[in-house]
Amino acid sequence: MLKLLQKIRSIVNQTQVFKSIFRHGYPDTDANRALVMFSNVILHLHPVRVRRGALKIKFTWCLGGLTFLFFILLAITGVILMFYYVPDTRRAYNDIRDLGTVIYFGSLFRAVHRWSAHAMVFSVWMHMTRVFMTGSYKPPREFNWVVGVILLVTTLVLSWTGYLLPWDQLALWAVTVGSKMAEATPFVGAAGPFGPELGRNSGNDMAFALLGGTVVGQSALLRFYVLHCLALPLITALFIAVHFWRIRKDGFSGPL
Amino acid sequence: MSENASESSKSLPKQGKLADLIKKTASEKIGPENTVLVWPNLVYLELIAIMVAVATILFLSLVSPAPLEELASADTTPNPTKAPWYFLGLQELLVYFDPWLAGMVLPTFIIIGLVLIPYVDPSPLGKGYYTFKERKFSMLGFGFGLALWWVLILIGVFFRGLDWSWYWPWDDPHVHQPAGAVKLVDLEILLQDFLGLNEAPLVTLGRYAVTMSNLLTWAMFLGFYAVGFTVPFLFFREFYRKLGFVRYNLVMFFFISMMGVPMKIFLRLLADIKYVLVTPWFKI
Repeated sequence: MLKLLQKIRSIVNQTQVFKSIFRHGYPDTDANRALVMFSNVILHLHPVRVRRGALKIKFTWCLGGLTFLFFILLAITGVILMFYYVPDTRRAYNDIRDLGTVIYFGSLFRAVHRWSAHAMVFSVWMHMTRVFMTGSYKPPREFNWVVGVILLVTTLVLSWTGYLLPWDQLALWAVTVGSKMAEATPFVGAAGPFGPELGRNSGNDMAFALLGGTVVGQSALLRFYVLHCLALPLITALFIAVHFWRIRKDGFSGPL
Repeated sequence: MSENASESSKSLPKQGKLADLIKKTASEKIGPENTVLVWPNLVYLELIAIMVAVATILFLSLVSPAPLEELASADTTPNPTKAPWYFLGLQELLVYFDPWLAGMVLPTFIIIGLVLIPYVDPSPLGKGYYTFKERKFSMLGFGFGLALWWVLILIGVFFRGLDWSWYWPWDDPHVHQPAGAVKLVDLEILLQDFLGLNEAPLVTLGRYAVTMSNLLTWAMFLGFYAVGFTVPFLFFREFYRKLGFVRYNLVMFFFISMMGVPMKIFLRLLADIKYVLVTPWFKI
């Protein structure tokens, strides 16, 4: 049986189609195991060889990689959810309800999206805690820590903007709490210190810019939708790319 | 990194940090005997982690689907109104601080403080391994902030109910807690009554009527920072010397501000103090 599989594999590996895609044989020799890292766009995030310490689960706890995995899961389920959702206050709530009643696996996709979001916030925090505990932010990796902090912020804002989209009571009031805080920003909020002194009122302050109005309504829903589905994922993906690139350039801080 | 370092070191600058780094990296023992191939060693590990994580997410999604409450309505405010769990620490701070502090200034301090960490920690010790002994201050400082953050979140998630009152797990969550008889008072009023100071303002600057007790609260507030900056400088000179002037002041500013948060919470809980510093424009 095993012999047969190996034979099939060696035949497949010789075909023009396989060679056009992979450009090397199955990675069971050292040469091919190196080539797979060079020629595969996803695997080339890795070096060809790592120090033994990099394999120790008790050092990294896989947290950075898991955060990235949750981001991928969110992107996939998010695209599927976008097919069924219209950011219109008159139908957004019903669109979400339909996910649970009339759309095949709609409830599952929504649940996976929600749990992945919770998991991503949690794993970002744990990853940062781990990086601090192992002193991995120390030179020459200072800037990658800063990129990580930016990713922490975009993760939180992504989660928060997504919170409004179901347009239920939980969504509306959780975002209202947040917009009250924006209103209280010093200097740029109408209710914040020195805000009124600088001419800020409810029509031209920070909360107005965030919500596109004075209350959480249609403009706020549209703004949060565009930020959640387009702007923030792109920004996050960009910084993830920088983050990974810097890990490769600066090297791995772990033990041998 | 290791495989590029030795060949590229010829064409790169002979001096400076980068050159030192390359030399150091090249001299480290990263030969084949200490490394392993990523395929299969790391790739398979990642595959297992991915499968476990996806299985966990699928399991959680199946046993606990996403909730959907009533249609959003501006007419009925739910009680309590809770933010998502990761922001509940900040919402819990709203009990003790005004929204501009709890929702804006303190989070901004947290973000800036996090960004500064690698630039204000000059110690090369503890890079790439877990150690408490070699970096006690940074571990304790970070651990304290982290613990504070998590404790506030856990309080917000599990111990806050109707009217944002404190609910033990065995309390009925549908019954309002009796309104407390506690009357909150500002620190300057407390000082005024306690020391018998004159209520009449010393000077009036526009809307700001500066009383003697108000000046005292300013002195106490600034004194809190002054003492915080001075004590380590006088008694832990080695700590100051290692950091240098700029780093020391940055570290101490964020550290003292962080310590101020639980201190204000205790003042509120133990002495029923609402604000420690009152001006017409902001209250702390």
